[in-house]
Amino acid sequence: MGYFKDIFVGGLSLIEGMGVTVRRLFQPLVTVQYPRQKIPLSSAYRGHIELKVFEESGTHKCIVCLNCEKTCPSGVIRVQGEKQKEKGPKTLTNYVIDFSKCSLCGLCVEICPTSTLVYSKEYELVGETGADCQIDLMARLATQVEKTREEKKTQEIAA
Amino acid sequence: MDELEKIEADDRVYSLNLGPQHPSTHGVLRILLDLDGEYIVKCDPVIGYGHRGHEKMGENRQYKQFLPNTSRMDYLSGLLYNHGFVLAVEKLAGIKVPERAKYIRVIASELNRISSHLLWFGTYLLDIGGITPFLYAFDDREHILDTLDTITGSRLTYSYCRFGGVTRDIDSKFIDMTRAFLKRMESRWADYEALVSKNVIFIHRTRDVGVIDVNLARQYGVTGPNLRACGVAFDVRRSEPYEVYDRFDFEIPTGTRGDALDRYDVRFREMQQSCRIIEQALEQLPEGEFLTPKVPQKLSPPKGEVYTAFESARGLTAYYLVSDGSPAPYRCHIRVPSFGNLNVLNDVLPGTMVADAIAILGSIDVVIPEIDR
Repeated sequence: MGYFKDIFVGGLSLIEGMGVTVRRLFQPLVTVQYPRQKIPLSSAYRGHIELKVFEESGTHKCIVCLNCEKTCPSGVIRVQGEKQKEKGPKTLTNYVIDFSKCSLCGLCVEICPTSTLVYSKEYELVGETGADCQIDLMARLATQVEKTREEKKTQEIAA
Repeated sequence: MDELEKIEADDRVYSLNLGPQHPSTHGVLRILLDLDGEYIVKCDPVIGYGHRGHEKMGENRQYKQFLPNTSRMDYLSGLLYNHGFVLAVEKLAGIKVPERAKYIRVIASELNRISSHLLWFGTYLLDIGGITPFLYAFDDREHILDTLDTITGSRLTYSYCRFGGVTRDIDSKFIDMTRAFLKRMESRWADYEALVSKNVIFIHRTRDVGVIDVNLARQYGVTGPNLRACGVAFDVRRSEPYEVYDRFDFEIPTGTRGDALDRYDVRFREMQQSCRIIEQALEQLPEGEFLTPKVPQKLSPPKGEVYTAFESARGLTAYYLVSDGSPAPYRCHIRVPSFGNLNVLNDVLPGTMVADAIAILGSIDVVIPEIDR
C-alpha cells in the first residue's frame, strides 16, 4: 500500500512544482538583453577614479599632495607634479592609474582633500592587453572638459 | 585489520579526482576519493589552490588598507566580512559607532546573508539536477544586488563598512527597495516550498544523506547552518550579540537529523529569519550620523589584542588582531568556518556513494577562497 501512496504523493508534489513554473510562464520577463538594452546605473556606482571637472574653474583641483598614491593598498595610482615657480604649489602633470590592480575600495576618493577624485560611471572596460588597463586621467580630463563644454552649449541653445 | 583497510589494500580500490574544479564550490577544490565500485572508502580534500596570503597582507599594510581584502575571502558574503573586520578594529582602537550606522550595517549584512543563501540554494539544486530553481533564485538575488548597489555602488566586493560607520547613508530609495524585496519574498517562499522543499525527488536525494553527528561536528569545529542542522542552536548573533542583534526578535532554526535535507531546511528558514531582522531594523532605524568623523586617517590603535567573532553566512568567523601600536597590525589571523565545514567530509563521505558525495558537498556550502585565503 505504501508503494502506491508514495507514487501518488510523489506525483502530486511534481505536479505542484510544475504549477509554479507554469505560473512563471505568464509573468513578465526579467532578462535584460544587454548590450541592446541597458539599465540605469546606481548613483553610488563605483567605476575607476577620474578627475572631477569643477564648473567654476573648468578644470580639476588636484594639488599633488600624493595622499591618494600613499593610501592606495595596491599601488594603483601614479601621480607626478611640477613646480611652476620657485615658490608655490605644484601643478599636476601626469596622473596614471593601473586599473588591473584596483580593488575599488574607494580609499583614495575619501582621502582626497580637495574632492577632485570621483568615481567614473564607466563600466565597459574590456581590454586586450595589460596596457589597455593603464588609464591616463589627464588625457581623459581633456575629453571630459570638451564634453562638459558641449553639454553647456546644447543647454544654452535649448534655453 | 579492519574492514576499510582490507578494501584499501585490495587493488579493486581506485582513486578518483573530484575536481580540481567543481561547479558547486565556485573556487578550486580537489577532493581525492578512493572508490570501491560506487562506494567511497576514503576522502581527502586538497586545499590551497587559491592561496593569496591575505593574513600576511593584513600585517603589511594599514588597518584600513586591509578592508578591500576582507570581502575577497568569502566573496559571497563580502559585506559580512567587512563588517566583522571593522568590528574588530573598532574594539581594538575604542572607536564609538553611531546608532544609525549599526542599524545600516545590520540591514546590509542581513541582505548579504540572504543573497549568499539564495546563491547556495540555486547552485545546490543545480548540482543535484534541478535547473529551474537556480534561475528563480538568481532573479531574487538580483533584487538584493540592485538594492545593495544603490548604497554601496558595488555588486559583490562591497568595501562598504568603515571604522566608525559606513561609507554612504541609506536613503528612502534604499528603504523602499528593501521593503519591496521583503514583500516579494513572502510569496516566493511558498513557491520555493512547492517547487523544491516538497519535491519528492529532492527529498529522496537528501534525506539521511551525509549525516553529521553532533560530536563529530564539534570535533571538526563545524559551525553555522551545518551545526544548527545537527540540532545545536548556536549562532553568534544570539550567543554573543554584536552590534544591535540583541534588540531583534528572531528564531534560530535547527534541525534534528543533521543530514543534507536538514541543512537545506535550516538555511531556507534562516533566510526568512533574516527577512524578519531586516523588517525590525527598518522600523527601529534611528536618525543621526552614519559615520563618526573622529577617526584619524592613519589609525594606530594602542598596544593590545582583540578577538571578534561574528556570524557570517557560513558560520562562526573571527578576526584576531594584535597591535603593537604601529599603523599596521602585528598579527592578523582569521578564523574561517568553511575549513571545519569542509574537513568534516573526511569522516562523512566514506561509506556513501559518489552521487551522494555531490549532494553532500553542495549541502555543506563551502567557499574555497575563504579556506585558502
